[in-house]
Amino acid sequence: MAKEKPKSDVSAGKSAVKKAKADGEPKAESKVTDEQPRVGVFVCHCGTNIAGVVDVKDVAKYAGEKIRDVVYSTDSKYMCSEPGQKEIIEAIKEHDLNRIVVAACSPRMHEPTFRRAAQTAGINPYFVDMANIREHCSWVHIQEKEKATEKSKDLVRMSVARARLLEPQEKMKVAVKKSSLVIGAGIAGIQAALDLADMGYQVYLVEKQPTIGGKMAQLDKTFPTMDCAACILTPKMVDTSRHENIELITYAEIKDIKGFVGSFTVTVNKKPRYVLEDLCTGCMDCAEACPVEVPNEFDQGLGSRKAIYVPFPQAVPLIYTLDEDTCIGCGVCKNVCTIEAIDFNQKPEELTLEVGTIIVASGYNVFDPTRKPEYGYGKYENVVTGLEFERLINASGPTGGKLLRPSDGKEPRSIAFIQCVGSRDENTNLYCSRVCCMYAIKNARLYKEKHPECDIYIFYIDIRAFGKGYEEFYKITQEEYGVKFVKGRPSVVYEDEKTGGLILNVEDTMLGRKLEVGVDMLVLSVGMEPGSDTDSLGKMAGVSRGADGFLLEAHPKLRPVDTLVEGIYLAGTVQGPKDIPDTVAQASAAAGRASILMAKGEVEVDPIIAYSVPELCIGCRICERICPFGAITMVDRKAVMNEAKCKGCGLCAGGCPTGAARLRHFKDDQIFAQIHAALAED
Amino acid sequence: MAFEPKIVAFLCNWCAYAGADLAGTSRTQYPPNTRTIRIMCTGRMSPVFILKAFAEGADGVLVAGCHHGDCHYVSGNYGAEKRVNLVSELLPELGIEKDRLMLKWISASEGELFGKTISEFTDTIKKLGPSPLRKK
Repeated sequence: MAKEKPKSDVSAGKSAVKKAKADGEPKAESKVTDEQPRVGVFVCHCGTNIAGVVDVKDVAKYAGEKIRDVVYSTDSKYMCSEPGQKEIIEAIKEHDLNRIVVAACSPRMHEPTFRRAAQTAGINPYFVDMANIREHCSWVHIQEKEKATEKSKDLVRMSVARARLLEPQEKMKVAVKKSSLVIGAGIAGIQAALDLADMGYQVYLVEKQPTIGGKMAQLDKTFPTMDCAACILTPKMVDTSRHENIELITYAEIKDIKGFVGSFTVTVNKKPRYVLEDLCTGCMDCAEACPVEVPNEFDQGLGSRKAIYVPFPQAVPLIYTLDEDTCIGCGVCKNVCTIEAIDFNQKPEELTLEVGTIIVASGYNVFDPTRKPEYGYGKYENVVTGLEFERLINASGPTGGKLLRPSDGKEPRSIAFIQCVGSRDENTNLYCSRVCCMYAIKNARLYKEKHPECDIYIFYIDIRAFGKGYEEFYKITQEEYGVKFVKGRPSVVYEDEKTGGLILNVEDTMLGRKLEVGVDMLVLSVGMEPGSDTDSLGKMAGVSRGADGFLLEAHPKLRPVDTLVEGIYLAGTVQGPKDIPDTVAQASAAAGRASILMAKGEVEVDPIIAYSVPELCIGCRICERICPFGAITMVDRKAVMNEAKCKGCGLCAGGCPTGAARLRHFKDDQIFAQIHAALAED
Repeated sequence: MAFEPKIVAFLCNWCAYAGADLAGTSRTQYPPNTRTIRIMCTGRMSPVFILKAFAEGADGVLVAGCHHGDCHYVSGNYGAEKRVNLVSELLPELGIEKDRLMLKWISASEGELFGKTISEFTDTIKKLGPSPLRKK
């Protein structure tokens, strides 16, 4: 039992005893719920973030003097810092506190920090509540200091009201399977899969396309080192396919993700290739015989492939795929395949994977420039995108690496690049796509190397050459290669019907001069957009999307590859535009983060789950019906919650007509107390 | 003294509460009239929470959660919608204007929308005046 201390002894403010004397053994977590609450209130200044608006000393004083059961209150510069936490720990011991209210930032930020502090001091970590007086108060009421202080007092009072009624909870541990699913096999997925596989974990790498490699495989050379993308990527692709710990599942899509951290159950739909993977040797006889020729997506439609195809010669796995949408069913391929690998009766296959962690690396889409009709893409033949340009200068591309204009097959003598197409633009996407400046500079330089006489213009808003070696690369391209950089966004593009050339109207904002520039070819530096699967994958995984449509990380600075769903991580452009070095770094980071859980083999999960009081349950089955996770079953006409399946949403508690179904840590009486305290003093 | 409404806001942890946090980090300014209660999901809302808030004298009640299809728990927001609509039908019987209760979908990335929602709702409540159940 806690000693009774008269409240006045330990009243509010900085004058309260802060220094602890004892550093005795932490008490066992023996506090029981029926004891008298002794609440400590800790008001954080957060430097000037809170204290600059809210009178924190007044709030602490109010809490100490006016709020029932508060036996200690104080304010401190940074509650989350080491000294701040120490202050809490010492106050708990000194004043026999059994409930803690920290008035500071969002609980989504530091609740775990203060729970740990409470635990260190020997009280149950769930005896902590936070009043969010930063994000929800000082930062949003900057000009209304008095009212913000009043609001802070109310928020603290609500928090104390809730804290009084908090019950101890024991963390639950769940086992983590030592296997991982990586969704998407571009460079991000490949890197993450290789890292995890090298650590000894079983990896399932699922790719939607018939081959792995992603967008990187389509690129020509890469900035700023001018390595050829294929030269650095294809060895990794081969390593991936040969790794004993990686199971490659191509031409397959994720259909469903169930379960929770440590044991996810994933359903994968493997589309029929109509080619038996175990038999096909990639000999190409079928494709040679196939009479159907269609545009090849891998070449952005600039080259062609057969109805039975591999996207490019270095594809991994090197297995042919029959495209059922374009196949005419003539059967010629089946006739020429001597090993009888072609099977027209193949059916979609459904696979079930059991994994402990998931890395989402599903990549991006290229911005569709027909949404900027003023640039004439789709209307004028010689207007191409940056990615199409990559294919046109690529030795393995449709023109064998010789840049030829689509309209007449001639080599252009002048080229213009327009930057920020679909980026930094109020009408399309506000964000910067981070790669377009550098890929345009790189492509300009590549062509200049072969054709020094060619005039090349880059029309830009700002050149963002922020990476290692990027600024130097930009300078050399400008000064030594003579690429002309013009600061200005062209307003409109016309075609010269006789020559097929393009005429750009643009204001050079540096010189304040209107220009009309004629070129043989125009390249639109299109940006990155969320991939087509981002939305559906996000929903299946329970990961939200940001305002830009990319998947949202748990914290932009401190947890950049985690998501708010434990056990699910992000790698590469699914999280936002990034270049290859950043993508690879993030993929390794995601693999590292995922490995932490798998190396430990178990993870602590929040015990905030539902339960039912049998005496109150009338067996109406409403909860059973509304539970989205099938966690409730009826036993002897009473609801019983399955702890492993329950995710702690509280739908059952919200729907229960008798108050039998309850959610731990968010019980009715706790919420009622908050409502009451929001509107009235005790 | 000018009427300063008291609004109780029930925000789901994953979307609306995170959206309110983003409003904070973006320094989106809005009136200081809300008192927030965080719940894991708007599906946790019992109709009684809303009635209790009005009974205690709240001038307005806001329930905000994830957009349809974005619920962290699949379908909690649909349940919330049903219950809020139910209470909304009951309010006139108690002499409380329907406009004092608002249901809004705000995602974790919609900090600005959160600020706008609070500003507009506070305006609405100011026009309605104090709740008839407000304690003197």
